[in-house]
Amino acid sequence: MSAALAVTDLVAGYDPGVPIVNGASLTVAAGEIVAVLGPNGAGKSTLIKAIAGVTPVQSGSVFLGEEDITRLPAHRMVRHGLAFVPQTENIFTGLSVEDNLLLAAGILKPTERAGRIAEIYRFFPDLARQRRLAAGRLSGGQRQMAAIARALIVAPRVLMLDEPSAGLSPKLVEGVFARLAEIRAHGVAIVLVEQNARAALAIADRGLILVEGRERHEGRASELWGDPRVAELYLGGVRA
Amino acid sequence: MNLQFLADGILTGAMIGLGAIGVTLTYSILRFANFAHGEFIAWGAYLALGVASASGWLVAGAAIPIGPLSFGWGLVLALLIAMPLTGLLALALDWALFARLRDKASSITVVMASFGASMALRNLLEFLFTSRPAYFSRELQIAIRLGWGVRVTADQLALVALTAILVISLNLVLSRTQIGRSMRAVSENRALARVAGVDVDHVVRVTWLIGGALACASGVMIGLVVQIRPFMGFDMLLPLFAAAILGGIGSIPGALMGGLVVGIAEALSAATVGAEWRAAAAFVLLIGILLIRPAGLFGARE
Ligand SMILES: Nc1ncnc2c1ncn2[C@@H]1O[C@H](COP(=O)(O)OP(=O)(O)OP(=O)(O)O)[C@@H](O)[C@H]1O
Ligand SMILES: [Mg+2]
Repeated sequence: MSAALAVTDLVAGYDPGVPIVNGASLTVAAGEIVAVLGPNGAGKSTLIKAIAGVTPVQSGSVFLGEEDITRLPAHRMVRHGLAFVPQTENIFTGLSVEDNLLLAAGILKPTERAGRIAEIYRFFPDLARQRRLAAGRLSGGQRQMAAIARALIVAPRVLMLDEPSAGLSPKLVEGVFARLAEIRAHGVAIVLVEQNARAALAIADRGLILVEGRERHEGRASELWGDPRVAELYLGGVRA
Repeated sequence: MNLQFLADGILTGAMIGLGAIGVTLTYSILRFANFAHGEFIAWGAYLALGVASASGWLVAGAAIPIGPLSFGWGLVLALLIAMPLTGLLALALDWALFARLRDKASSITVVMASFGASMALRNLLEFLFTSRPAYFSRELQIAIRLGWGVRVTADQLALVALTAILVISLNLVLSRTQIGRSMRAVSENRALARVAGVDVDHVVRVTWLIGGALACASGVMIGLVVQIRPFMGFDMLLPLFAAAILGGIGSIPGALMGGLVVGIAEALSAATVGAEWRAAAAFVLLIGILLIRPAGLFGARE
């Protein structure tokens, strides 16, 4: 079976000649969560931004199933089934919750839009209640849910999230991650970039540790959590 | 004092407002102040004049006034044709100039380029049509008395109604349609809009079309109540920007409200202290409002 997402030897950065992601590879199968961990500035955000077409790719390839989507502009990636929830500013605060969802539904056939949004509301009942509210007035947890809902509208094959737990209380993180597990159960391949290694490895199937723009360690989530080399590198030897 | 200034101010304000909406739209989508916007107003008026004259030659009766109005259906047709044409002119200018600078040059470079484009477009009009004023109609109109000393012509009422129709339609487009949502999304966060599947280049094109079309409507209004001259748009530039900033740059209702405030302030000062102070009065008001509300009447605080 071919992977839902296969990234090979990716080199990417903001200025030509200054690679931030330096030869990173990553595969995710349908119905699998892969956690991307690593110290601050390791290039985790840059890696998924490059996959999503937001940051320029210098070399390497990105395949979605059998399709080569390397260097497609970001708005075309979505049409191919790759959805991305950025680390910050991941929702249009000036638009209502419903307009955020309608906007994302723009790439669906007009006849499918209402049905898909209704499905998303069943999955996120909180958002259904707040549909008329400007998204900027949602609480932190609801905002993260809205951002995920926005990405899910297009029924993506691959969902990439950049630190969805940032700024949330442990209880809310639990809620968000429980949702991710349900999304995985629907067969979506998930790339989860996280600072919160404990929470991420607890739900992930596999994990990889990115250091200086390439993967240093890779393995089953449970093994990575127990690996002393990982603990030393990633957590400075102290495990929370 | 009678209330005539109010009627005059609302009409001027409507013309300024339609132009200011274009300025504010371009600013919110492309983040630059387009000084060539006044030229879209003038070009819109001349394009409409061209179509109206052609229809007058081709079809007898196109120029015969409709009821109490001073113009015939030829001008209505001309407006409907010239609006998209002016939109295309704006699109062509973007393609030829702004798009080439947008991603490479600093925003001040783009602004200066728009200044250059403004001069070139204006001089081209002077070259083609000389600086002698032209008119859509030479019919004289009898003013209707509305009471409280207010007199308006049928043309003026029609133009205020046209403004209302255009602004309401634009609001419906922005709030109810997919392209409207996309425009609001791009204006808030261009990178996220891309991630959400919005084709930003398409949104930019639509923005120019709408801005150009509204500028044309504004030009036709000025041409009808004042006159058509190559400088007619350039002379509107300061009031346009005053209105856009006053309303809160980026806000559509703000631009219209700003236009009305500037228009009424100008008319009030013309009626009280003298017509030569009208521009000054508008700017004193602008400064006053910005001191109290730095983000403008409808602006969101950054
Ligand atoms: N827009 C940008 N332009 C230029 N350099 C950038 C930009 N964004 C990030 N960088 C640089 O790229 C490097 C990696 O940043 P990145 O955001 O990918 O790290 P990260 O692993 O996501 O870190 P964190 O855990 O803090 O989110 C950093 O050195 C950063 O300074
Ligand atoms: Mg990051």
